[in-house]
Amino acid sequence: MKNPAKSSTSRKKFPTHLLVFLGPAIVIYTVFMVYPLFDSLRLSLYAPSAGNSRVEEFVGLANYQRLLTDPLLSPRLTGAIGNNFVFFIVHMFVQNPIALVLATLLASVGKRSSAVYRTLIFTPTVLSFVLVGFIWQIILNPLWGIADDVLGIFGLESQPWLGLPGTALPTLSLISVWQFVGIPMMLFLVALIGIPEELIEAGRVDGASAWRVFWSIKFPLILPTVGIVAILTFVGNFNAFDLVYTVQGSLAGPNFATDLLGTFFYRTFFGFQLQPGNPTMGAAVAGVMFLIIMLGVVLYLVGWQRRITQYEL
Amino acid sequence: MKKAKLIGIAAAAGLMALTLAPAAMTVAQMEPLVIESWRNDDLTIWQDVIIPAFNAQYPDIPVVFSPSAPTEYNAALNARFEGGTAGDLITCRPFDLSLDLFNQGHLASLNDLEGMANFGDVAKSAWITDDGSDVFCVPMASVIHGFFYNQDVFDLLGLEEPTTEAEFYAVLDAIQADGNYAPLVMGTADQWEAATMGYQNIGPNYWHGEEGRLGLIDGTAKYNEGGFLAAFEALARWQPYLIEGYQGISYPDAQSAFTLGLGAIYPTGSWEISGFEATADFPIGAFMPPLPEGSDQCYISDHTDIAMGMNNHIEDEARREAAWTFLNWMTTSEFASLYSNALPGFFSLSNEPVALDNPLAQEMVSWRDECESTIRSSYQILSRGEPNNETDLWVNSARLLNGEITAQEAADTVQAGLEAWYEPQQANS
Repeated sequence: MKNPAKSSTSRKKFPTHLLVFLGPAIVIYTVFMVYPLFDSLRLSLYAPSAGNSRVEEFVGLANYQRLLTDPLLSPRLTGAIGNNFVFFIVHMFVQNPIALVLATLLASVGKRSSAVYRTLIFTPTVLSFVLVGFIWQIILNPLWGIADDVLGIFGLESQPWLGLPGTALPTLSLISVWQFVGIPMMLFLVALIGIPEELIEAGRVDGASAWRVFWSIKFPLILPTVGIVAILTFVGNFNAFDLVYTVQGSLAGPNFATDLLGTFFYRTFFGFQLQPGNPTMGAAVAGVMFLIIMLGVVLYLVGWQRRITQYEL
Repeated sequence: MKKAKLIGIAAAAGLMALTLAPAAMTVAQMEPLVIESWRNDDLTIWQDVIIPAFNAQYPDIPVVFSPSAPTEYNAALNARFEGGTAGDLITCRPFDLSLDLFNQGHLASLNDLEGMANFGDVAKSAWITDDGSDVFCVPMASVIHGFFYNQDVFDLLGLEEPTTEAEFYAVLDAIQADGNYAPLVMGTADQWEAATMGYQNIGPNYWHGEEGRLGLIDGTAKYNEGGFLAAFEALARWQPYLIEGYQGISYPDAQSAFTLGLGAIYPTGSWEISGFEATADFPIGAFMPPLPEGSDQCYISDHTDIAMGMNNHIEDEARREAAWTFLNWMTTSEFASLYSNALPGFFSLSNEPVALDNPLAQEMVSWRDECESTIRSSYQILSRGEPNNETDLWVNSARLLNGEITAQEAADTVQAGLEAWYEPQQANS
């Protein structure tokens, strides 16, 4: 955009209307997002003073060092990060493929039935976490839940799914998948609908099967959406907290098997039962969450978004 | 006053045209005193019984009871104190949580409260500074642990209340053999039941109550030897008798399972009495924790659980006085009797005798005469550091019952956690 004529006009008259339009958003975003974020990072560099616990003094990176090396805190941190990756992987490789399949099916059926299914599949997403957690707790309840009867059809033995360390986290992840599969499905659907019919028809004329049409025409064209879905899943999962908290409480049992960074943060920051909260250490946990998420987003921007080919449709 | 003045000014400005005298606004009634509590189950009792009884004597002091969910109370209360929005009267958790609030200046000292004389040292012990110089909450009640049983099931199977450990397991075996009822109704999903209703319930008999508990504090007793280890071993023996799927059964599930008659015995705390009697359609009996082989002195967990303090940040003098009046009323025998009878199972800590109407509550409180009382081992001092002793007990008792670790491993883990920061225990090892 090296057009001298244009740039001279813009120098003449500053587009003040841009400020008017952007201003409110920038102010609100700064006050409610940017400032708290930086203040939380600042807090993570402080610790209660040894003499007077009401006064906080600057300790540099000591909180992070303790978080990584303390024999009490570091297993909780690594445990939470590990669990978080499992949580993310289940979403990435169960939720998103299912969403893609559903979107492909919806894009190829008639408009009216598509609308009905779309609404039904999307409904859990708008339900409250508390409600979803409660419904699934009852479904999976070992005493009066219906899960045992249903799973019995597939030959699965009855188990306290949410109570065993081995099954609790996958079960919770799948509940979350059930709740949120609607969002990636919608994004995929929009992208699929946006593909011009001529391209698909051209493929068909050349004798491509439905399978071939999908992998050679549709999928490459919705790759940008796949990237966006992946990064949204990543950010959402590493911020997750609500479902574990409503189903397992902030102790994230059994034996911390479902402890995510979010619940670890909550316990550290606000305290738990007889354990008083430690806001500065909690801020350090939040700092670690921020770092992980930022790292993921940077990887996405550098390693994915700048490399994939975007087709003009 | 400030608020009333502001309202007055606003009213004056707004209603000038109507020539209304703003003076009427400034004598408006005081904003109600707000009680912070985790006892959301008690909402109706406070609204319908306790507050009206208080207002019968002090009609000018409006009061509202405003509870939070029990699991969120501590965090929510701290946040409200930090934000300056906490209520006027604060329900106190025992020991360090309230001590912390006092040390941070959030709770007022109640040394000058006249009615404090109605409470003994044991009653006050949970809400007093370490050096005994300041007491900051009015003790309200303690809760007693034991076992509930379904009397219909016991009659049907011809069973009697067990008093010794051997009898206890014989009863459990008989119920198991019959096969129609879960012998022990308790879940481990929420983890705290395993420690509170399990370990702390039967434990005092093994570690000899106060003797063992104080031994932990001064470093002469350990979690991984003697009575404390024996209690873990006794708890481990519960595993085969627990209700099916107990690893996934939460506290409300277990409550429902017992009151629906699915099980025979429920390890309990006395706070369950009113809830259970309202929902169960069979008569409930209670027996105390069974005595281990070879001991004849029984010990019960009679845990100082709940008290009431005052927000130290109340600016308004009249409001402060009103809160003070309410606290003083809470020390009277009138309150003790109202509270203990409205909430059978919460036993008043007042020196004045209280007549209880509820037979189950009478039964449980009568154990105080036969047995030595103690409180939960982890509450005083031992949960000050990290790892938190109480949380350690929850997690490891639950793992023990889930069959993931042995009693020895559970005991070693808890002891190691304590030794990690508690000096009297370190010196000993």
